[in-house]
Amino acid sequence: MTDATTVTQEQKPPSRVRTALSGTAGITFLSIVMALIIGAFFIAFSDPAVQDASSYFFAKPFDTLSAAWTSVVEAYKALLTGMLFNPDASSLVDALKPLSETITMATPLILGGLSVALAFRAGLFNIGAEGQIILGSIFAAYIGFQFSLPWFIHLPLAVLGAFIGGAIWGGIAGFLKAKTGAHEVITTIMLNWIAIYLVAWLLTKPAFLREGRQDPISPPVADSAEYPSIVDQWRVHAGIIVAILAAAAVAWLLDKSTLGFQFRAVGANANAARTAGMNVSRMYLLVMLIAGGLAGLAGSAQVLGTEKSLTGGISAGIGFDAITVALLGRANPWGVVAAGLLFGGLRAGGLNMQTATGTPIDIVLVIQALIVLFIAAPPLVRSVFRLPETGGAGFMQTAKGWNG
Amino acid sequence: MKLELRNITKKFGDFAANEDISLIVNPGEIVALLGENGAGKSTLMNVVYGLLQPTSGEIFVNDVQEDFEGPGDAMTAGIGMVHQHFMLVPPFTVAENVMLGHEHTKGAFLDLDAARSEVRRVSEAYNLQVDPDALVEDLPVGVQQRVEIIKALVRDAGVLILDEPTAVLTPQETDELLGIMRDLKAKGTSIVFISHKLREVQAAADRIVVIRRGRVVGEASPEATKAELAGMMVGREVSLTVEKPPGNPGEPVLQVSDLSAADLEGRPILRDLNFEVRAGEILGVAGVQGNGQTELAEVLTGLYEGEVTGSITMDGKELTGRTPREILDGGLGYVPEDREHDGLISSFTVTENLVLDQFGNAPYSSGGVLKSAVIDKRADELIEEFDVRTQGAAAPVSSLSGGNKQKVVMAREMSRELRVLVASQPTRGVDVGSIEFLHKRIVSERERGAAVLIISSELDEIYALSDRIAVMYRGAIIGVVGPDTSRDEMGLLMAGVTND
Ligand SMILES: Nc1ncnc2c1ncn2[C@@H]1O[C@H](COP(=O)(O)OP(=O)(O)OP(=O)(O)O)[C@@H](O)[C@H]1O
Ligand SMILES: [Mg+2]
Repeated sequence: MTDATTVTQEQKPPSRVRTALSGTAGITFLSIVMALIIGAFFIAFSDPAVQDASSYFFAKPFDTLSAAWTSVVEAYKALLTGMLFNPDASSLVDALKPLSETITMATPLILGGLSVALAFRAGLFNIGAEGQIILGSIFAAYIGFQFSLPWFIHLPLAVLGAFIGGAIWGGIAGFLKAKTGAHEVITTIMLNWIAIYLVAWLLTKPAFLREGRQDPISPPVADSAEYPSIVDQWRVHAGIIVAILAAAAVAWLLDKSTLGFQFRAVGANANAARTAGMNVSRMYLLVMLIAGGLAGLAGSAQVLGTEKSLTGGISAGIGFDAITVALLGRANPWGVVAAGLLFGGLRAGGLNMQTATGTPIDIVLVIQALIVLFIAAPPLVRSVFRLPETGGAGFMQTAKGWNG
Repeated sequence: MKLELRNITKKFGDFAANEDISLIVNPGEIVALLGENGAGKSTLMNVVYGLLQPTSGEIFVNDVQEDFEGPGDAMTAGIGMVHQHFMLVPPFTVAENVMLGHEHTKGAFLDLDAARSEVRRVSEAYNLQVDPDALVEDLPVGVQQRVEIIKALVRDAGVLILDEPTAVLTPQETDELLGIMRDLKAKGTSIVFISHKLREVQAAADRIVVIRRGRVVGEASPEATKAELAGMMVGREVSLTVEKPPGNPGEPVLQVSDLSAADLEGRPILRDLNFEVRAGEILGVAGVQGNGQTELAEVLTGLYEGEVTGSITMDGKELTGRTPREILDGGLGYVPEDREHDGLISSFTVTENLVLDQFGNAPYSSGGVLKSAVIDKRADELIEEFDVRTQGAAAPVSSLSGGNKQKVVMAREMSRELRVLVASQPTRGVDVGSIEFLHKRIVSERERGAAVLIISSELDEIYALSDRIAVMYRGAIIGVVGPDTSRDEMGLLMAGVTND
């Protein structure tokens, strides 16, 4: 009973679990849970069986509810098996195929997410990963199908080309920002469109168009330029290793290098960074070069690993999902890896869900959008789960001004 | 209105910023809170205003217990607070700002007339002289502060909390504010007033409560001497005047000739400045705020964004046209006047802020890689030497109290061999004990042979430190005088009146 008295006196101090959940990681987790719960309603409402049962809802409400329950359970089961593990498969290789798909889908998302996250840490909103991925793809594909070299030269060269292609595209936005102050959101969106039409145009030219084809597809890249696959029957390829190494490199850059220190300083308070002698414009240019390069690497994963040739739709919206991935990963390199794997899984699992249960794959998009919505509004999540305010740093900073 | 705090404790993690604080403010009483940097004054007031929730303890307003979940609750209970950094929307008018958050409506429309007449009513009742239709961005800092006070009074605040309201005011604005506080008191408003300037505390307070390390250590009457107050606050004897051996100026180090500057719209900001600062000399720059002092500091450090003509040399080397990086690396240390805006990165740790302009140089990094062991060691030394009260070198600087943030900036800039130190408002928001220390450090920079330029709106500080005083008026140096110049004469110079 002593417990109870202190509790009333201290106005119910929040339990340890609740405090933990109200932190950043906890909010992320709860956002995903909430998105899945709301997604469940969409699944139920879109299921014809549920709709049928609801026509006589007032006569037999239980039918509707059980139909809804079944459809949600089936759909999420299909989503999960499509993400991780197929229990009905005959061999281990087949059983783990979903995981391979998840990682395959995650690879470019991680690289694109790192691009957005790095720029974000320097205070820039890189909407242009899509265009940078396309440019990276163009460079990687051209090097990949045009030359024939031993693999230990060809693959690194193609990967480097992808980095440079993306870096050029990102660098243009960085240059415009540094020299003219042009807002990077506007310029990167413009550059996305230019890239989309650029690849479409290139794929009409003999230099890029596959012989004997009219549709926009390039010749396949040479075997020597391909990311080696890990298990023959799987699509997952060595691009994931590049992605993990890139995450480690970005983490090192941000934490241990003077350049990353300046990126973070410029992102957190450009005035103070300038006063401390940092060249803010140069940082904008450099960070966009590197960010663009990272997105270019995502293009290499697409061209040299997954698709193995350049197509008009090579970027497949990855550059836009990358923004979400960066947000979900809180612009933290390892957070981006985790978020990329989750979104890769949702993409892979969503396909399985659609084929297995007929639940439209758009539900996955709804879930992704809901996750972002909840993450962007921590107070909403806190109020739903009645969690305590932790520190409230964000609010206090604006509220307290310079004294305190 | 009566405010009573009973046994308030506020912990951040294991650290108690306030411990068992009890305090009564009677109706119509002005209570001053006095205490060192980091003693817990702002924390306590944020608890009273509902911005922070106490770990334990109770708040009573007019003998009724209150639980504040946010400032909204506190305002409803009659508590108003004016923050250091005003929370006004600059392009809005005074009336619009006052209305924000509790808009009057007529049907679906905002009733601006009602807000206007309320502003007028409060402004007249307390002699605040604020025009409800003026745009906030056009108003001087002192008047903006009065708008904040009106915001509180319109909501019938019976208790007004003023956290270091005078730190950004000119001496004249400060006097006006003290007058307003007396009027408010006469009408029954209770006031809690925080300031590090003992003169103001003596002039305004009915009662002085001293806080040290989160606890109330005693009360003093405003009749107590400054030395007594300072001693109570710091727990040791504080010398309020700097001991300064006679100067021994050497070669000119910083030389400024025919320096003019215009802002981006081409308006002249600095007019034809000529002066020099010698090695081992402190030149104070006095003047009413807004007469070009801020811009002068920015021009000297290469940060100014308008057009600059004329010449600035440091040890004979031209500085105009150089980047801030080159100027800093040439041996110039710079303390900007607005630490939040220009001096610190609040989300960075104390350690990171302590090397903010040196991380790229040896020994803090090599080949583009930070040497965290060296940086950490240096940070620990500086925290110790400058008595920065923090819960650790790895704490974000945003968790520090105002004065401790200032000490971080000062520590960083004085941590290396300087040829020139340019410091704007070097002790803004710093307690008397730390001012003593910082002033000693500045004087020892001089003894070491650096040329020091101090820009301050505190005449006391200018007199205490300067070997010579340059007075700025409308972008020009209207006179250079000795530290023996009388305050009256100084006042005239600052108003632009010269003898000849
Ligand atoms: N959000 C926070 N998290 C952790 N510690 C904090 C936080 N806010 C304040 N502190 C600590 O609480 C102590 C009291 O800070 P507070 O701002 O109340 O001091 P203060 O008396 O107002 O000092 P100053 O005169 O410098 O303004 C300081 O040591 C500070 O580091
Ligand atoms: Mg304070």
